[in-house]
Amino acid sequence: MSGATYVRFEVLRTLRNTRFFIFSLAFPFVLYGVTVSGNRDTKDFAGTGLSFALYYMVGMVSWGAMTASIAGGARIAAERSVGWVRQLRITPLRVPTYFGAKVLSGYVVSALSIALLYVTGFGFGVPLPFDAWLRMTVLILVGLVPFAILGIWMGHILTIDSMGPALGGSSALFALLGGSWGPIAGDTGWLHDLVQLIPSYWLVQAGHSAFTGEWWPVKAWVVLLVWSLVLGRLARRAYLRDTLRV
Amino acid sequence: MDESGAPAVALRGLHKAYGNTKAVDGIDLTIEPGEVVALLGPNGAGKSTTLDIVLGLGRADAGSVELFGQTPRAAIAAGQVGAMLQTGGVIQNTSVRELVAVMASLYPTPSDVDKILATTGLTEVAAKQASKLSGGQTQRVRFAIAMVSDPALMILDEPTAALDVQARHGFWEVMRGYAAQGRTVVFATHYLEEADEFADRIVLMAGGKIVADGSSTEIKSVVTVRTIRATLPDAEAAELAAVPGVTSADRRGDSIVLTCTSSDEALRALLARYPQLRDIEVRGGGLDEAFRQLTATSATSSAGAGAGATVAIDESEARA
Repeated sequence: MSGATYVRFEVLRTLRNTRFFIFSLAFPFVLYGVTVSGNRDTKDFAGTGLSFALYYMVGMVSWGAMTASIAGGARIAAERSVGWVRQLRITPLRVPTYFGAKVLSGYVVSALSIALLYVTGFGFGVPLPFDAWLRMTVLILVGLVPFAILGIWMGHILTIDSMGPALGGSSALFALLGGSWGPIAGDTGWLHDLVQLIPSYWLVQAGHSAFTGEWWPVKAWVVLLVWSLVLGRLARRAYLRDTLRV
Repeated sequence: MDESGAPAVALRGLHKAYGNTKAVDGIDLTIEPGEVVALLGPNGAGKSTTLDIVLGLGRADAGSVELFGQTPRAAIAAGQVGAMLQTGGVIQNTSVRELVAVMASLYPTPSDVDKILATTGLTEVAAKQASKLSGGQTQRVRFAIAMVSDPALMILDEPTAALDVQARHGFWEVMRGYAAQGRTVVFATHYLEEADEFADRIVLMAGGKIVADGSSTEIKSVVTVRTIRATLPDAEAAELAAVPGVTSADRRGDSIVLTCTSSDEALRALLARYPQLRDIEVRGGGLDEAFRQLTATSATSSAGAGAGATVAIDESEARA
């Protein structure tokens, strides 16, 4: 009796889901290839001091990984709609194991997405030392936590029909505000202060850490923690309401 | 199967309301190990709500549930309970065999996967995608999942509702073999025939209450309601309702419609009293009529006892 078999099963099922793959892996990859091949000689993108190839690699990594993380939990909506969640509730499977399996599935696809873009970026001549790659990866994986929880919450409050637009919309919005596709606020001003309260901003900064050589400031950890706690609270409430509805 | 001597299912004073509707309105029920029990009743009788509470999927407002002397959660964790819920499909991106095997892996002492697939007739489709099966096959997969822990108690909520006649037959065939090994089976249905054919004991539910509980022969005599229609221009409805065997009478122009618990007795009395009676027609009433009858007499004062019962009360008042 163990949840391990179920978790492995969930990850395998995720890897067999082609649509999931297209949106989380192929999309950012293709977009990256298209945008960078035309701008590979830009060494100082939008005054950031970063090359276009590096800025966009990091941007696409944050976007692709974020989409995969949210989608991991969002798949609960489909399983709720066919009554599968109720079926699981009359087995010894524990709820944290079920959620954990969803989060892990999201992380596996995120990791694949990250790896694919790293390889591509490397191919475009993004020069980074090993410790920079490592720091960037660790921070990105931590930065995905609130998005994984967001996915679980969405999986409980939305139907499968509304999931497509909600998933695309939310990840695009977070990517845009966070600066995945280019900085939207300068280095100072109210807009700059505002976007710093958004978790995707720090996901993008995690990528930039590779270049700046700095870990996150305390502010980043606080923002991510608060988002995780609030979303966790919302997800928990949605889960309880959903299960006690019957 | 179980050494504790505790009943398979013990429900005490169960209540559950949704807003003003009392879905379950005071249910006490004890089911001993080895019994095959049908919960029979029309839609809205409270069968599904009761079974959800039995499985711990719903929380009762009041009352207690014990399965083999334990909480539902503990009994489920021990692999003593299997269930097929009323609605449900299976998930995508998995083969039938893989799905059954992974569900078996959740239990402390699961059955052999190949054996389950063979018993439920899924061996030929074991390699197929679980989400691409026919309705009958999907139902068998759900049944296989319910059986993976080799449970002592099987709960089935309208298990054959989505099946055609042949698949229904096949399903009960498998279920019969399962029950023959001394397991407890509790199933909800709104088909009297199904309850009669398969269950040893029928618990009749209406308006959230148990209105009758007994062997299938006993229940059949209670629910076999017949309707007599005939032409009889000059007789008061109230007078007709007093005829032996008649429970209610209605006048529609020159015709009368009598609902009877014993149409034989009623006919003899009617012909003796009204020799002019003609165009006589005796019709077997459906279960719905029987339920209405039973709830009209038992649910005298409960206003929120469900739509069917409310209608019946209104009608009997109008007739009186």
